Amino acid sequence: MDFEDSQEEATFRSEARAWLKANVPSEDELAGLDGMARAKFWQKRKADAGWACIRWPQEFGGRDANAIQQVILGQEEAKVAAPETGVFSIGQGMAAPTLMTWADEDAKKQFLPRLASGEDIWCQLFSEPAGGSDLAALRTKAEKDGDDWIINGQKIWTSGAHYSDWGILVVRTDPSVPKHKGLSYFYVDMKSPGIEIKPIRQISGEANFNEVYFTDVRIPDSQRLGDVGQGWQVSLTTLMNERASIGAGGGGTKFSTVKKLAESVQINGKPAIEDSHVRAQLASWYVQEAGLKYTSYRTLSALSRGAIPGPENSIGKLVGAVKSQDMASFAIDLLEQQGIVRDAGADEMFGSLFQDTYMSIPGLRIAGGTDEIMANIIAERVLGLPQEPRMDKGIPFSEVPTGN
Amino acid sequence: MNFEFGEEQNLLRDQARGFLTDNCPPAVVRRVLEGEELYAADLWQKIVEMGWTAVVIPEEYGGLGLSYLELVVIAEELGRACAPVPFGSSVYLATEALLAAGNETQKGQWLPKLAAGEAIGSFAYAEGNGQTSAASLQTRFEGGKLSGHKAVVADAQISQLMIVAARSASGDGASLYLVPTDQEGVSFEPVKTLDPATNHANVSFSGASAELLGSEGAGWALLEQLLDGAAVLYAWEQLGGSDRCLEMAKDYAMGRYAFGRPIASYQAIKHKLANMYVKNTLARSNAYFGAWALNTGADELPLAAATARVGSTEAYYFSSKENIQTHGGMGYTWEFDCQFYYRRSKVLAVTIGSEGVWQEKLIQASAQADVA
Repeated sequence: MDFEDSQEEATFRSEARAWLKANVPSEDELAGLDGMARAKFWQKRKADAGWACIRWPQEFGGRDANAIQQVILGQEEAKVAAPETGVFSIGQGMAAPTLMTWADEDAKKQFLPRLASGEDIWCQLFSEPAGGSDLAALRTKAEKDGDDWIINGQKIWTSGAHYSDWGILVVRTDPSVPKHKGLSYFYVDMKSPGIEIKPIRQISGEANFNEVYFTDVRIPDSQRLGDVGQGWQVSLTTLMNERASIGAGGGGTKFSTVKKLAESVQINGKPAIEDSHVRAQLASWYVQEAGLKYTSYRTLSALSRGAIPGPENSIGKLVGAVKSQDMASFAIDLLEQQGIVRDAGADEMFGSLFQDTYMSIPGLRIAGGTDEIMANIIAERVLGLPQEPRMDKGIPFSEVPTGN
Repeated sequence: MNFEFGEEQNLLRDQARGFLTDNCPPAVVRRVLEGEELYAADLWQKIVEMGWTAVVIPEEYGGLGLSYLELVVIAEELGRACAPVPFGSSVYLATEALLAAGNETQKGQWLPKLAAGEAIGSFAYAEGNGQTSAASLQTRFEGGKLSGHKAVVADAQISQLMIVAARSASGDGASLYLVPTDQEGVSFEPVKTLDPATNHANVSFSGASAELLGSEGAGWALLEQLLDGAAVLYAWEQLGGSDRCLEMAKDYAMGRYAFGRPIASYQAIKHKLANMYVKNTLARSNAYFGAWALNTGADELPLAAATARVGSTEAYYFSSKENIQTHGGMGYTWEFDCQFYYRRSKVLAVTIGSEGVWQEKLIQASAQADVA
């Protein structure tokens, strides 16, 4: 058991640090670019030098690095003022691993390097109005027409659909068999005729995700991943990676910032940080934060000796999201009446950090598996508890009760 | 970075679990809980023979000279078994106090006995309701003699050696003293506690012979340092108990049917058990960091120890109460074993300072460590 870098890790760290220091774009270089263009600029520079998607094979734009090296690079990148590259996370974190597992060599060569370099952005077309937590209840249908499939239906909660080049798509190819058996998995050009994208406004005021309508959209059969009817199995590859890649959220709302806030405001005429209730509360959040950090270290240690990441990764989002929500709520309370102000320019030290977290976390507790689904995953796949009895098992999808 | 136990520790864990399955089944815990014995002396003798009391004591004092990584593995297994033995008092506290502050004579006199099980050690600092501090200490040492009272001291009555915190005229206001219990000036009054499978007594000193351990007037700082180490070890013991509660709850829920199906298939139960798993997992990860800090003597030890201690205390309380809840009415019966863990979780939760005390230590330590 050792928490320090090994010799090899230390060498890698200093190499990464040196490259980042020399190459992180200056404000001059980024002048006039919007967020997307900044992300693409930085991603391209990293990819050209072999510092993008470093765990991928070299032929697809990576450098065959290991899990620990990826973490070290992440730690070092967090220390420099590099542009935010979250727009690539669905493509690199979910679509790419699915392509790597299920696509043929030509498709991998065509798409993976462009994913690594940030030239292409991908979105995930899974959830539907009728299928969220019960994803396999989705109804968007695909019908074979020669060498093509014709898609009709509607997807929802699609992050970044409006700026994506490609999407990964699960559809129903056979409603006459039980629901998990009638699905197939494709990738689709988001500029295809018949795709219509409508933004959804969130309670945070932003519109990060969309409804995506498909009307007679044609997809060549060559863009299918896995066999016809194997879509659920392919989806699981994506979903496993989704759970690993959605972070705890909350960004800057963490122990150190809330503690800093408690040092700057007063309770009963004394700094709030001297209040025993505040101290106890902060301590239990620290315990959670440290517990999550060291849990990820344990996962890494397991990965580095070749283990496969398991469903226990669901813990990060399950614990982290609600913790951020509670901390934001607590921080707003500490600010008293001033706490309700949500104006990035109103507070010198924190901007609208806590208010933004307060408004964004409800979405994170639902995205990529609700808290309740995450708890079910832990109960069923980690602890081995039985599923609830279900009404849709073994019967054709077309006969499953829908409430309509 | 490598955040896992090594081969030797994994082997030791298997061996320890097998040993305790054979030698400390629930019937042994129940025997002490229900009977007149102060502790399971037969089990303790076997534990001594396994070398567990000698793990981190250097070979020159009759120990095995192993590391804290071995000791935490044993602590966890003892926690799972809810073992009714004075392991924490003697090994985490008294032995550690001698190792940290004993002079050569003291170490030579006591460590071989502690290692060989010829002596049991105990540790006394609390003096009554609420938190004891250097300023509140009433027990005093004058002219080589100790006088005063210590309240609810674990394993005092079965110990041959006590480490006692007493008022000091200088320094931080406290010093630690070595007190052999086999003398006229030391008397015990047994107390009933939440957990009759452990033993506690009020202790009176009336002119008891005692000798200074460590520097005069630096006792409170030494005590805090000892408690940090003990916090990591207790955290592992608590974690063992907490994990066992999850297993018990799971086994019961799988076998218990209601409305025609196992109660383990209801989300209300699944989410409860998932919550136990989450708390235990986070506690375990913090305990790993604590073990590493203790074993390497890292500067982070105070923060790591408080983090591990708070996490395990919270997890064990949660698991032990929800284990009873999962068992329903049967969990509340005397005949079921759920009670062992509910009792022990609270005894261990306060034994070296409650969750609140350690939360406060955590915040103080975080200021030192400059947490990002």
